[in-house]
Amino acid sequence: MAEERGGERNRTNTFVVSSRKRTIQKAVNRAGELLLLVLASFVAVVVLFIFYFVARDAIPFFELRGFSEFFTTSEWYPADEPGKFGALSIIYGSLMVTLGSAMIAVPMGIAAAICLSDILPFSIRQYAKPVIEMLAAIPSVAFGFFALVVFAPLLQDKGGALLMWAWWILAAPFTVLFVIVLSDLLTTRIKDPARRKQLNLLSVLLFGLLSAGLLYRVGTLLHAIEILTGTNALNVSIILSFMALPTIVSVSEDALQAVGRDIREGSYALGATRAETIVKTILPAASSGILAAVILGIMRSLGETMVVWMASGNSAHIPEPWFNYLEAIRTLTATIAGDMGEADQVTGSARYHVLFAMGLLLLVISFICNLVSERIVVRQRRILSGQ
Amino acid sequence: MIKKLLLLVALLSFTAEAGSAAPVKTVVLDGSTTVGPVAKSFAAYFTRKYGVRVSVSESGSGNGAKSLINGSCTIATLSRPMKDAELAAARKKGVNPVATVVAMDGLAIVVHPSNPVRAMTKTQISSIYNGRITNWKQVGGPNANIVVIQRESNSGTAESFRDLVVGKGVQIKGSAETQSSNGSVKSRVSSTPTAIGYLGLGFVDRSVKAVAVNGVMPDVKTVRSGSYPVARPLYFYTNGQPTGVVKQFVDLPKTADGKGMISELGFVNR
Repeated sequence: MAEERGGERNRTNTFVVSSRKRTIQKAVNRAGELLLLVLASFVAVVVLFIFYFVARDAIPFFELRGFSEFFTTSEWYPADEPGKFGALSIIYGSLMVTLGSAMIAVPMGIAAAICLSDILPFSIRQYAKPVIEMLAAIPSVAFGFFALVVFAPLLQDKGGALLMWAWWILAAPFTVLFVIVLSDLLTTRIKDPARRKQLNLLSVLLFGLLSAGLLYRVGTLLHAIEILTGTNALNVSIILSFMALPTIVSVSEDALQAVGRDIREGSYALGATRAETIVKTILPAASSGILAAVILGIMRSLGETMVVWMASGNSAHIPEPWFNYLEAIRTLTATIAGDMGEADQVTGSARYHVLFAMGLLLLVISFICNLVSERIVVRQRRILSGQ
Repeated sequence: MIKKLLLLVALLSFTAEAGSAAPVKTVVLDGSTTVGPVAKSFAAYFTRKYGVRVSVSESGSGNGAKSLINGSCTIATLSRPMKDAELAAARKKGVNPVATVVAMDGLAIVVHPSNPVRAMTKTQISSIYNGRITNWKQVGGPNANIVVIQRESNSGTAESFRDLVVGKGVQIKGSAETQSSNGSVKSRVSSTPTAIGYLGLGFVDRSVKAVAVNGVMPDVKTVRSGSYPVARPLYFYTNGQPTGVVKQFVDLPKTADGKGMISELGFVNR
């Protein structure tokens, strides 16, 4: 700072830097910039090289076998003579667990982030956030081991009961909310206050009983489900959602914090309640950051290998019916990890290159996801800044 | 000075080279991935004990046979006997393949200990893996769907199972779960009441129940005698009767150390 100021003419002479010193300074500055440029471009070059090398080994597969077998059939027998390389069921399995884990992790993660940033007092948040972030530090093989040895047998033995409890815990609060809001809406037009109150009560009772019956019925139906195998898409989705949670919570919470006190206070000053402030002001303002968090979390689930390799059952078929999360599936990442050992590049040419085709597919999917999120973030920022 | 030093270094390295070149022979093994582990631990043991360099590649039984016929390996490791076509091709090239049985490879078909099924035929097991049989009651068990567990296609055990039980040209159904090791198959079968899986004989313990195949229970005795149907001999093939170091290597399974290594890897001594 001192030198900078000294450079200006109208200041005192004590800080004037000799020209020699200034040249050295400039040179050092240049060198530093160059070093940073090299480092930054190195990362970009690494990404490009990964793309290049994966594509180089993936393209021979499509030259050998064409596109239609890989993308439209689900017969996966790479070791046969001649091999069959239908990857449709494997691609489907990857998408299935990614979607499943997102369905659990995204609502939970965003709710947790809102709770951390706007509802819990600072003293609790101080401890809660590091604990959630610690989930990210658990190695994936530990998650996989848990999924295979603890969670899979648990799902087999008590799966129905677990599903029932999960349904009750998740659905009960929403049902209560729904019944109250519905009754209010139904009776809102009645003018006479006493009568309105009576009817309101009646409607709450009526719909309450109905929906309680529905809750119970679905619960018993779920309880009757017998889970044949614990290493299935549901198991993996749940475990993957735990792995994606810390990313989603942490990044969303940062985005919510970045919204700033002035906006919150502005909202309160206009008479908004805390709920209104959160839903109508803070969430829209932080939406780009939250979206980035969600995409990061989804990428984590899509790219995870160890857990799916250990606990998804690895059976290359599309479940029957297609949304059945209680069947074993197989994912792209697990297939690459599992088949790489045997598929040596000298002998099994198609068998070797098909794994790179899968890798390329994963790369392309994540690339598209990143691109889309980037576009949304940029657009959101433009809207928010009022341009 | 520097020149002298360089000369000295050159001389030293030359003598070192000459010293290490003393055991002239290098034994080259090629072939089955199933025999691979045995071949590798034999190779390590042999190099340590006799100072003979042994290289092992695993390119499959067929490629092993080809290498022996082409003269590019000393010993071909095969998990099946040589085919007639291969023998004919060998004779044409003046190669005389001689087989030595290394060990027996036996697979146990395992179910959960609570499963009442005690015995199955090979056809029944094949149908279960193929998907024609899906319920335990079709093979005399309880009314429950069968969870089929197999090994990853790169495993030698999976290869043996396909050859010996499922049969050529029959595909294992897509919904069969795939596990990456004997250990994880065992863990899945022992925790899933309706599961069926297969393990190398050495891996069977009390946490799973082995079933009799075609009326024969798998154990060391029945595998050795050949009465248990899901077992096969593993071979070393040499060109002519083995001599010298090669003979020493091929005879390793007869020594106590060799036997120890074989049973440690889950195979059965002949």
